[in-house]
Amino acid sequence: MFAFIMRRLGTLGVILFGSSFLLFNLAALSGDPVGELRASNEPDAEARIAQITRSLRLDLPPPVRYFIWLRGILGVFVGKFDLGQTRTSEPVAVAVFDAIPTTLRLVTTAAVVALVLGLAIGIITALRQYSRFDYSMTFFSFLLFSLPIFWVAVLLKQFMAIEFNNWLADPTIPPRAMVTVGFILGLIVASAVGGDRKKYWRVFFITAAGTVATLFVMLKINWFLQPALGPVGFFIASVGAALLITQLSVGLQHKPSLRAALAMSVLGLISYYPVNWLFNKENQPLIIFGLLLLTIASAVVASIYFAKIDRGPVIRTAVLTGILTGMLMILDKLMRTWEPYFNTDAVNGRPVPTVGQTNSLLETGDYWISLLDVVMHLVLPTIALTAISFAGYIRFSRGTMLEVLNQDYIRTARAKGLNERTVIMRHAFRNTMIPMTTIIVVDFASILGGAIITERVFGWTGMGTLFNTAINSFDLNLLMGVFFLTASLALIANLVADLLYSVMDPRIRVGAGS
Amino acid sequence: MIFGRKKSESEGVDESSILNKETEGLSQSQIVRKKFLQHKAAMIAVFILSSVVIFVFSALKQKIGPWTYPGWWKYGIEDLSDLTTGCKDGLVGCPTASLRPRWLGGAGIGLGEHPFGQDDIGRDYFALVMRGAQRSLMVTVIIGAIGGVIGTVVGAVAGFYRGTVDSILMRFTDFIITVPAIIIGSVIGFHFGNLGVAFLAFYLGLFAWTGLSRLVRGEFLTLREREFVDAARVAGATNRRIIFKHILPNAVGIIIVSVTLLMSGAILLETALSYLGFGVLPPDVSLGLLISQYQESFTTRPWLFWYPGIFIVTIALCINFIGDGLRDAFDPRQRRRITRKDRQNARIAKKAKAHA
Repeated sequence: MFAFIMRRLGTLGVILFGSSFLLFNLAALSGDPVGELRASNEPDAEARIAQITRSLRLDLPPPVRYFIWLRGILGVFVGKFDLGQTRTSEPVAVAVFDAIPTTLRLVTTAAVVALVLGLAIGIITALRQYSRFDYSMTFFSFLLFSLPIFWVAVLLKQFMAIEFNNWLADPTIPPRAMVTVGFILGLIVASAVGGDRKKYWRVFFITAAGTVATLFVMLKINWFLQPALGPVGFFIASVGAALLITQLSVGLQHKPSLRAALAMSVLGLISYYPVNWLFNKENQPLIIFGLLLLTIASAVVASIYFAKIDRGPVIRTAVLTGILTGMLMILDKLMRTWEPYFNTDAVNGRPVPTVGQTNSLLETGDYWISLLDVVMHLVLPTIALTAISFAGYIRFSRGTMLEVLNQDYIRTARAKGLNERTVIMRHAFRNTMIPMTTIIVVDFASILGGAIITERVFGWTGMGTLFNTAINSFDLNLLMGVFFLTASLALIANLVADLLYSVMDPRIRVGAGS
Repeated sequence: MIFGRKKSESEGVDESSILNKETEGLSQSQIVRKKFLQHKAAMIAVFILSSVVIFVFSALKQKIGPWTYPGWWKYGIEDLSDLTTGCKDGLVGCPTASLRPRWLGGAGIGLGEHPFGQDDIGRDYFALVMRGAQRSLMVTVIIGAIGGVIGTVVGAVAGFYRGTVDSILMRFTDFIITVPAIIIGSVIGFHFGNLGVAFLAFYLGLFAWTGLSRLVRGEFLTLREREFVDAARVAGATNRRIIFKHILPNAVGIIIVSVTLLMSGAILLETALSYLGFGVLPPDVSLGLLISQYQESFTTRPWLFWYPGIFIVTIALCINFIGDGLRDAFDPRQRRRITRKDRQNARIAKKAKAHA
């Protein structure tokens, strides 16, 4: 194992060396960094050309300059890591490391949402192969596959931001639109749940009527301008989360887990007001982290109390429920921040922004308002990125799940009388996750460098913007800095994917034969 | 709830017997063809895509070698006509195509002078979109062809010879993978963009084969251990003959499917590069370029934005559906849905057999 990793790291270094050499020379050939200055007739052009030539060593041929750059990289072994300077004499390392958090924020949310949604829909379509739900989801995912992201982005800006903001000035929904929304949601939910014709229509009517009624109530209490869950809504949602997690992880008939999960919901309800009091204190990140630790600790205590044997799955269920309950509480707090945020001068009644990563005009000391500001700026880019990448997850998880369901061990599991939940979650789902994991790891590394277009459309300044500037101004060092980071991430992700594969699937031995 | 089980698995007639009956006495390629022709979505996609291709390529005047093809559309991309004014709300250059008959209060079904409207200097937008779609289709085909050939050859050689050849080729593939397509495209586009679309597509194709070659390699690694390969070798076949005559036909399914995926990715790659300004450069036209030029005018003159987008989505969607149909057709484990009618037919046939 150790020898394998060492060998792979060695090859990785060689590959990085080769591709960076190629890219450096390609990029050096692609344009003249001082071409613009040469053409200009500013008085100090000569001096600036000379200065840039000196600082970037442009007098040397590209291959030689490459080795100067490489020496800076190899400096990492002697503690003098140096990515060179940009054209404006700023260290590249600083520019790159400043950009990483922005890109991470953009990419992580989208990746998580895409993964959860894609997996869930993919698996349900596999379980309902050849149903209406399957066909419509197949069509939908192909449609998403075929959309250029900047095209989607423009549509989103128009309909989700500009028109939605206009609508918020006077939120009314005509009855016909309400019925249409209910009708469509009913169709989707009913075909996802499946079952015979009677059950199908029953689910359809319940969902449709429920949606219309909810929309009606939301309008009546002016929910869109003053949203909140409130203690009651919060408790209902939390119990729902508890039931769902218990059903998925061990099944509802497993009493200790159910009790522990419900205990977490009740605990959430009891601590609703104290926690909200804490939320108004100073130093929020620390408080939230503390509350998270407290949640996990109480989940462990609750499961030890409710389960006498086999505590692992119970603890898992309770911790997950606790974390979800905590997230619901934060969501509730953010919802109640909506109204003050909405009425600040900087936002001025148009809460969904079309560009930027934060509102620079917003001057507030309140943690929650600035958090909501960040969240609102994430909404559109996340939807766009999610839409593009989750189509792939749907297709892939559906295909893998179908393959797994055809295996002999699934038949064996059914034959020995396990219930359908156990067969799907324990036997099929876990094996579906093996190939999925490798895809996810590699995907994540590649979208770090691949959010170039999204960043540009939505006016973010992350890695993609850096790369774009570098190409347009022939800034070789900056380009190489971005490339070095994304390429090494991609290679390391590949290695991690291989290792994970062998950890999860004992049939695969790492290092054997290669 | 979510875990309900399909009830009717074995009522009446066995499913596999129905499927076996369908493929009895047919060769592999006949089965594939039959399955593909039965795939409704794929057939619709084939029909739409070929109509789009014929429509797009026949519209404009173009030179093919010494001949000049006249084209059925009256404007070219360079023709400047006067901007039509005052169509509605004081906008200029609105689309004139109408699907609403006159007796419903519309302008009657017809194309009119400028069916897709005009751009800001008065060029006919229909002609521009047609030229853009031609370019995008061309890029797609070239990238698919080049990527397909290189990917197949590299994957086949690596998988067949294994050992040192395999490691060298696969490390080379890794090396190409590390250079993100969009970065290479930008550098290439910056340097060679003015050479034209075909060159751009050619260079992009040189970097687009990596995924395909890994798949082909995997397929070859399995296939080379099969008995028919041993049989061929015992009969004295050369390596080249084994690769091309014996293994490749068995791997052709996976190759075709990934090439279609490669092509649908290629059309999006081209639009993305053109959007960033590194792909097709003006005065030439591509769909991505049109969208990026007019994205700001979406609120005022949305047609400049809608039409190129609709063409991109249609083409990519059709290619994806064709790829899906091919995958189903080539995959022996893939079973089509057994309809009620199939069951009924099988039952009747069974009864008739019992009576006879």
